[in-house]
Amino acid sequence: MNDCGAVVCWPDARIRLCCTLAFAVLVVGLERWSALLVALLSGGLLVAWAGVAVRRLLRLLLLFEGGLLLTLALLPFTVPGKVLWQGGAITLTEQGALLTGMIAVRATAVALVSLALLSGLGVSRFAAALRALRVPLALVELVLLSARYLDVLEREQRRLRVAMRARAFRPRTDFHTLSSYGFLIGMILVRALERAERVSAAMRCRGYAGRMPLPELAPLRAADLGFAIGFALLLGALVVLGHG
Amino acid sequence: MHIVDGVLAMPVLLGSAGLALVGVGLGLRGLDETTIARTGLLTAAFFSISLLHIPLGPTSTHLLLTGLMGLLLGWAVFPAICVALLLQALLFGYGGLTVLGANTLNLALPALLVGLGGRALLARLPRAASSWALLSLGAAVGALAFIGSALLVAGALAASGEGFWAAARLALLAQLPVAVLEAVVTAAALRLLWTVRPELLVAPASAV
Repeated sequence: MNDCGAVVCWPDARIRLCCTLAFAVLVVGLERWSALLVALLSGGLLVAWAGVAVRRLLRLLLLFEGGLLLTLALLPFTVPGKVLWQGGAITLTEQGALLTGMIAVRATAVALVSLALLSGLGVSRFAAALRALRVPLALVELVLLSARYLDVLEREQRRLRVAMRARAFRPRTDFHTLSSYGFLIGMILVRALERAERVSAAMRCRGYAGRMPLPELAPLRAADLGFAIGFALLLGALVVLGHG
Repeated sequence: MHIVDGVLAMPVLLGSAGLALVGVGLGLRGLDETTIARTGLLTAAFFSISLLHIPLGPTSTHLLLTGLMGLLLGWAVFPAICVALLLQALLFGYGGLTVLGANTLNLALPALLVGLGGRALLARLPRAASSWALLSLGAAVGALAFIGSALLVAGALAASGEGFWAAARLALLAQLPVAVLEAVVTAAALRLLWTVRPELLVAPASAV
């Protein structure tokens, strides 16, 4: 788990988290196209600035927009309004198309900014920022523990699936496949719970008292505050465009 | 089963975030140094399971198994789902920060109710119970938690705008085959757990 996946390491993790949250809350309330397009553009620029690898960006965007398409596909046809196109029982309305586009732009802008500011952060700095922002301790510990063991459990899952394949299991759409997956999942859970007993014992042996050590976040520097001020100006511009 | 940013109306967002906060707070109260590792590893396990692709006709789908989560985690299912969604936002950059509360509530509330009910029934089940009783309990847990979540998602959408209701109804119908998958897989997984480690399922949920 690297500390800083993106090329750009500043601004500070707390600033990144606060900026992302503020941006998201503001953007989901925007209803004017000018403001939405500026939000989308600034999301794109932030991603470019953060140096997210192009292939990774494309893969994530493709997945994200695919998911978006699935959730929003029906919306242009179900919102009442001025009819743009009609074919049989299906009508495409202007309001529906506009609303769908608006939601897609909002969601994409928020995803881009969180990709730019959060995904390069790494779990430990993210958790340190959460702790600094007074998120309940137990929740931060849960983030750390589950992020740390995600990889371990995924490897365990892969081993179990290789074992299934070695016994000539081929996934199909049938009852046998489903019950086999059910047994696989049950086995993953049994192993996770057994591992949890060992992990818990080891943690307590080493004097765990509800707090895992985390990297110390450096005090805020002028450059961090500069970023925060710049970001606040962007948000201010969005507010003016959205409501002015 | 995952609402994106920018869909829900502000009152729905705030209301569900408030309820989710209460649930997460209550769930965190039951956690201490001895139970946190178990909760963390189960969260990771369910997260990795949700990435598993299950073939469904020409496409594939992925499972949520929130009913089983509720059964194993009790009240801790609220923080577990919240953390899983946070990790999803962090690792995949999917956003979803403003709908974190709504998504947590929609998934965790049915999971909690079904899980607590399922626990109560399991505690009454004799150790040598017929596998049919166990399998039908598992299927009910899997299907009810999933359908509950689908209904909550549809309700949140319907409360956000009239245009969403028709879309939400169609989405509900499209989810039905997945509910069947959830039911079958949950039943099989529960049967394995009951056979291999029954003590995990009959201990009081408060000890979780």
